[in-house]
Parts: sequence; C-alpha cells; structure tokens
Amino acid sequence: MGEEIKVGCARPTGGPVGESVELETETDMKAPGKEESKTMIKVGRKAPDFVAPAYHQGKFVSVKLSDYLGKWVLLCFYPGDFTFV
Amino acid sequence: MSAVAEKFSDFQKLGVEILSMSVDSVFVHKMWVDHELSKMVKKKKVPFPMLSDAGGKVGTIYGIYDEDAGVETRGRFIIDPDGIVQGFEVLTPPVGRNINESFRQVQAFQLVRASKGTEATPSGWKPGKKTLKPGPNLVGNVWKEWKTEMAFD
Repeated sequence: MGEEIKVGCARPTGGPVGESVELETETDMKAPGKEESKTMIKVGRKAPDFVAPAYHQGKFVSVKLSDYLGKWVLLCFYPGDFTFV
Repeated sequence: MSAVAEKFSDFQKLGVEILSMSVDSVFVHKMWVDHELSKMVKKKKVPFPMLSDAGGKVGTIYGIYDEDAGVETRGRFIIDPDGIVQGFEVLTPPVGRNINESFRQVQAFQLVRASKGTEATPSGWKPGKKTLKPGPNLVGNVWKEWKTEMAFD
C-alpha cells in the first residue's frame, strides 16, 4: 500500500483508473442545448477507483483506492491546505 | 483535517483507513504538515496519506469538484471493504464537518454489515443502543419497539 514515488519538478497528480466512470447525467428535456449537469455518485454503488500521489509521514508515495479493498475507508476531500476551517 | 488526524487512532481501532484529498500538490501538503498541522495535533503528525488531486480529476468523478473555484468541496465518503460507497456528506467550504458523526456512521455501518443486514440502526443510534430487526412483525409496530425520544439521548 503506497509505493514510494520519485518526484521531479513537475507537480505530480492523480486521476481515475480502471473502467471509465460513467457519470450519470441529467438532461433537462424542456431546454434543448442546456448544459448537462453532473450528478453525484450513488450510495450502494462501487466507489470509482483512482490513483494519486500522496504525502505520507515524510515520503511521497502513490496511493490506489482499490489497494484498500478488504478495509473500510474514509475518504475526505477538502478545499485546500492552509485554509481556515 | 487536524480533527481527523486527532481521531485517527480511534478509526484504526475499527479497522478504518483514512485518505485525505485536495487539489494542493504533495509539496504543499508537506509544508502544511510541517508548519501548521503538526502544531495542531497532539502527536505532532498527520498519520494518514494526504493525496493530491491537482486538476480535480478524482474530485470530478466523485461529483464534489467545484470547477468554478478550482477546488474540491468538503465531501466525505464512507467506503466498505467491498469498495461500495455506503454514505457520504458534502458541505460548502465555510462549514467544517463533525468527525464524531462520521465515526458514529462507520460504527453503524459496521454493525449492519456484521448482522448481515438483519439489524438496522434507528435515528440517533450509538453503540449500546437498541437496534431494530426489520421483518413482517415489525411493520406498523416500530412505535412499540422504539420511541422518538431515543433519537436524542
């Protein structure tokens, strides 16, 4: 879980892996051409897999969600480091 | 996130792993830990991996990336050992979450899973409080088994 990664000057980032995630979209039938709005993923469905670089206890590592299968996971998104809340 | 770091050992006792994620780079995560979070957490460290989602690709598939602001909103997802999302809550940036509530929810989901779905946790359930056993006999009879006040004690 969490292989160490080499970092260069480019900012590493993550993204989805595995099957492409079909975001459910809602189209408003009354307004053709209206931008489709993305809806949330649903409870009771599979959490989309992803891989992302991480800082963990002094090291830069790569984290893949599916490596955590067999364990409970609390995944916490937040707006930003050094913000106030 | 300091509150989550502080609660980490309690989550570990339940066998729960924690992952945090924002659009900040791993370099900024390191600086934030070194210069601020380490001063806010008793053990002076952040014990869980802090993931970077620059560009918001992961936040987008989870439906919590705010493209206009270029940041993720406060989305918290409880994922079970089968990789299934059992619950989530999402708040706008100015209001912080209650980690104790997430902890309570995990305890409830774990109980339901352990009971193989034979038990359910009513409103305000906490460990030690009464659960309900859904079935034909309970239909229309919840009022005998469970009082509304129990949601608040």
